Amino acid sequence: MKKFISGDDAVAEGVRLAKPHVISAYPITPQTITVERLSEMVEDGSLVSEYMHVESEHSAMACAIGVSSVGARAFTATSSQGLLYMSECLPYASGARLPIVMMNANRALATPWNIYGDQMDSMFLLNSGWIQVYVEDAQEALDMMIQAYRIAEDEAVMTPVMVNLDGFVLTHTYELVDIPLQEKVDAFLPPIATRDQVMSLDAPKSLCITAGNDFNQEFKMKQDRDMQSSTAVIEAVDKAFGDAFGRYYKGMMDAYRCEDAEVILVTVGSVTGTAKTVCNQLRDEGKKVGVLKLRYLRPFPTQGLCDVLKSTKAIGVIDKNISFGYEGTIFTNVNSALVTLKERPETLNFIGGLGGRDITKQDIRGVFDTLISKAAGNAEERIQYMNVRCAE
Amino acid sequence: MVEVRWHGRGGQGSFTIARLLGMAASVYGGQFAQAFPSFGPERRGAPVLGFTRIDSKKILDRSEVDSCDYVVVLDETLWGPAVVSGLKKDTVIIINTAVPEQYREQVDNPVVAIDATSLAIEYLGRPITNTAMLGALVAVGDFVSLEHCKEAIAESMKASVGEKNIKLIEAAYKVVKEAYHG
Repeated sequence: MKKFISGDDAVAEGVRLAKPHVISAYPITPQTITVERLSEMVEDGSLVSEYMHVESEHSAMACAIGVSSVGARAFTATSSQGLLYMSECLPYASGARLPIVMMNANRALATPWNIYGDQMDSMFLLNSGWIQVYVEDAQEALDMMIQAYRIAEDEAVMTPVMVNLDGFVLTHTYELVDIPLQEKVDAFLPPIATRDQVMSLDAPKSLCITAGNDFNQEFKMKQDRDMQSSTAVIEAVDKAFGDAFGRYYKGMMDAYRCEDAEVILVTVGSVTGTAKTVCNQLRDEGKKVGVLKLRYLRPFPTQGLCDVLKSTKAIGVIDKNISFGYEGTIFTNVNSALVTLKERPETLNFIGGLGGRDITKQDIRGVFDTLISKAAGNAEERIQYMNVRCAE
Repeated sequence: MVEVRWHGRGGQGSFTIARLLGMAASVYGGQFAQAFPSFGPERRGAPVLGFTRIDSKKILDRSEVDSCDYVVVLDETLWGPAVVSGLKKDTVIIINTAVPEQYREQVDNPVVAIDATSLAIEYLGRPITNTAMLGALVAVGDFVSLEHCKEAIAESMKASVGEKNIKLIEAAYKVVKEAYHG
């Protein structure tokens, strides 16, 4: 069935279809509509789940950890300061290998206080041990709620997943969304398998173990190895989703018109669509440009990224975040992957969209023009800000 | 692609109608649409914007609407720089007013006028003009059908309110069609 709904609504529909046993969440703009809808679904019986009205995001994640520890399916949703408030609990969840799924509505961080979208919040938590995926539209948001549980609960992965969607630009924009049938989702996403490590009255166990300097490093190494190899599961789940529902998102990343591109712009999240729009205009003008949409930032698709970008002359990276005192975080990650190449393409960083500032088609066109100039051998500033209203 | 910008005040239903138009075009009309408000806190009485994008193919663009094809003004007290910004040469301004001459003098663009407040009071008993303005818009631009708008209204409102609004949109559509297309 097709409905005209917002990104927040789409997330709620996806969660309803994934049937979590417990939802623990605290409302925060621009995630609020999602948790309101879920609360209504539980109330009217269209979702059989326990809704826990917690008093904070820290408790929301603590509840999800408890739920997941006893083998049940947990969901929570947050944004911005809320994500940071629960951040203490995030490594507890990932270290305990609990397959929790969380929606994060990407929003700016205070100060100055700001409710609008950028990606400063989730970039803070890249090292939390959570898989991080970013979506481009409401349909992908819904679909990823379903995929996320299958990825997280895969025996080889057992890692929590954070599904990120840009605040307002996605959470509050209405568009046509196909809502899959429950039977088809049930066939794609079976009930969570109860595993040995979960709590049972017959075989009581100690949870949240301690590992000192004799074993801790091995735990962390194995956690990292499993996160690295989760890329295979991510690709397989996306393909299976495409077979079942007719929507395949190209796994870790989506290379758009990149085959013969001399210049490629790397994007994360909703700005991808605007970049594709401008890319199409420039292609019509005969310019060899492409867009590489990074869907996952953790695990990071080093090899795949290099395969797409290796023969490019100039690469731009859009960052809706700053790592203060350095550069955009995605830029750092892309450059780190590219050093594995013998011949490295030129890279430039374009920081913008902070605190909800619009990234216009003219901005993107300017970015492509700069990259084309760089590809032609001209000097260009390595780190630039888009659409600023003051002198740098 | 058709881009519409709605001007209203918080509580007048300008975003609701931006969304209804998108729903009519996509769910019932088989096209693609986006609808979004001017992002931020919602305050009753404050000037608010709604946007609708409609196209025959999937809409990728996620930037704000900078220039639009139709500007629909639910409340004429909002007339000012915000209303006349981002106009193309042939952008049509549709305004709820009984005295359109004062606005026609100020812009080169075509100004379509409808006394939606009087119509809304007649059909709803309240000065809620968003459905009437949608009727005026679809009468001027042929990118969405009146029938699809009526289906979207019937789906989105409870039956008693929906029926009144369907009569209102039909009346507004007819008034504008007759006035501007003979």
